[in-house]
Amino acid sequence: MTATLIEANNLVKLYTMGEETVRALDGVSFSVPRGDYCAIVGPSGSGKSTMMNILGGLDTPTQGRIVIDDADIGTLSDEQLAGFRNKTIGFIFQSFNLLPRLSALENVELPMIYGGVLPKERRERAADLLDRVGLGERMGHRPTQLSGGQQQRVAIARALAGRPALVLADEPTGALDSNTGKEILALFRQLNSEGVTIVIVTHDHDVAAATKRTIEMRDGHIVSDRLNGSRAA
Amino acid sequence: MMRTADLISSASRALRSNPLRSALTALGVIIGVGSVVAMVALGSGAQAQVERSIASLGSNLLIVVPGAQQSGGVRMAQGGGGRDTLTLDDVEAIAGLEGVLAVAPSQRSAAQIVANGTNWNTRIEGVTPSYLLARDWEVSQGRFFDESEERQARRVVVLGATVARELFANVDPVGQSMRINGGSYEVIGVLASKGQSGFGADQDDIVLAPLTTVKRRISGRFRRADTVSQISVKAATEGELNRLQEDVENLLRDRHRIRAGDEDDFTVQNLSSITETAAQTTQVFTYLLGGISAVSLLVGGIGIMNIMLVSVTERTREIGLRKALGARQSDILHQFGLEAVTLSLAGGMIGLALGVAGAWLMTSLFNLPLVISMQNALMAVGFSGLVGVVFGAYPAWRAAKLDPIEALRRE
Repeated sequence: MTATLIEANNLVKLYTMGEETVRALDGVSFSVPRGDYCAIVGPSGSGKSTMMNILGGLDTPTQGRIVIDDADIGTLSDEQLAGFRNKTIGFIFQSFNLLPRLSALENVELPMIYGGVLPKERRERAADLLDRVGLGERMGHRPTQLSGGQQQRVAIARALAGRPALVLADEPTGALDSNTGKEILALFRQLNSEGVTIVIVTHDHDVAAATKRTIEMRDGHIVSDRLNGSRAA
Repeated sequence: MMRTADLISSASRALRSNPLRSALTALGVIIGVGSVVAMVALGSGAQAQVERSIASLGSNLLIVVPGAQQSGGVRMAQGGGGRDTLTLDDVEAIAGLEGVLAVAPSQRSAAQIVANGTNWNTRIEGVTPSYLLARDWEVSQGRFFDESEERQARRVVVLGATVARELFANVDPVGQSMRINGGSYEVIGVLASKGQSGFGADQDDIVLAPLTTVKRRISGRFRRADTVSQISVKAATEGELNRLQEDVENLLRDRHRIRAGDEDDFTVQNLSSITETAAQTTQVFTYLLGGISAVSLLVGGIGIMNIMLVSVTERTREIGLRKALGARQSDILHQFGLEAVTLSLAGGMIGLALGVAGAWLMTSLFNLPLVISMQNALMAVGFSGLVGVVFGAYPAWRAAKLDPIEALRRE
């Protein structure tokens, strides 16, 4: 296991929209060590969403090379990418994306089902994780019976279920009021202090300021990459 | 890779989350399988009925009647034929052929009988004791006449069940006397009932009397003494029936001095081939009914495909999420495919139950035997499963091929 979790080298991503070719990423290079907690910020169209899709193994770069947890994303087959998403990545979405039919516990179990984890172990791990995010009392609740903040906690527990090397959060506080958003960010900080590597993709500079490091993107380029220092507290 | 048990629980969960829609979707298959099962059972019942009633005329049986066969078809009417060409000597000769179990001459006559002050018009068959064996009759009360009674032209009769019922409703017919064309006869037995023949005639509306008695006392006035109106020949085994038919035909041609190319003055009817023809006719009928019902199963399949496509569209976001969490294309394909197969298989099994119930209802209504073969039942359910696979495949494939980024963006 290397100390560097993400190593991105000169990434280019082209999209063809009608007759026009859009350069969503135009030579992006950066690296993230294990245990880091960073934010990728930028306005819409900056390329941060494309960056997140590639980091999450949902998409592959047109050019350049990106290695995450020793896996070269550009060389993986569809099948291998599915396995990579299951084992290496934990996704957190702006709109939580919990399945309404399933209880909180079952939602957390979902990635482990695709990982082939046996039911007994699955249930225990999911229960532990819900305890860890402070929802031990509400495991049997459906998403509709939970508040937004609670739903996002369930989603965080789900993201951690596969013991991923990288937790990837897309605007995790975007659908929450500011107090609840702060609670979620505090939970991220706590998880990071326990050793989880987290990358947040956001357009919100206040959210970015809560992390250790801010990577700012614009028009497919990284325009700044700095540590947040004491402001992060 | 998803475990099979998780796949099944996931599919059944998705179906149960929208029970009304699942039930309505399965309804198409329920109706399809139900009608296939019911219609095929009904057709098989009719077929069994036809076979049974023709077999009740007698098994392994050849019937020789005077007159030429008409225009290649099977002539059902017996005993017409104008001339009396069959004689008792012919009967003797046929009895000498190999593979003959029993030969029974008979002379038919119509007569009015009177007993207990009641009149009844029926047919009287003059027969020898071997007739019982040749035509698979059984005596239910009393006894049949023997050889010596037959030789002596005794005035004894054995009644068919219908005649016994009509004339002796409240008394034991055995030992009673009755009058036939003015002469007095003693009833010595009653035949067991055979019911209707395959051609709709009541086989029990008959009186059997010794052949000599009928010839001398009832129809003798109009006929030569040594002719008979029909000869029943029973083969020892079914396999020999066709060979025996040829032997009988050759023998009679020889005896009647019919040259090659000339028309026969007799006809040999083979009941097995009649049964076969009738069974084939009803079988075609069965296939036709089954085929029409199968079309409704097809429509049920299209209904499943339709709903599965709607379901894939509705659950696009869910599919995107599952892919983001690590579902492979094959996982999604199996999940949606299994939902379709579960719908159609469940529909198939419910349809089978309803089809059996419907078949029972209809057969008891039409008074037919209930024939449901295990093979047909399994085929109907298996076919419904196949419908699920075929019509679920495309929606499941569409789901599996969805781009997760697009799918997650969908509202």
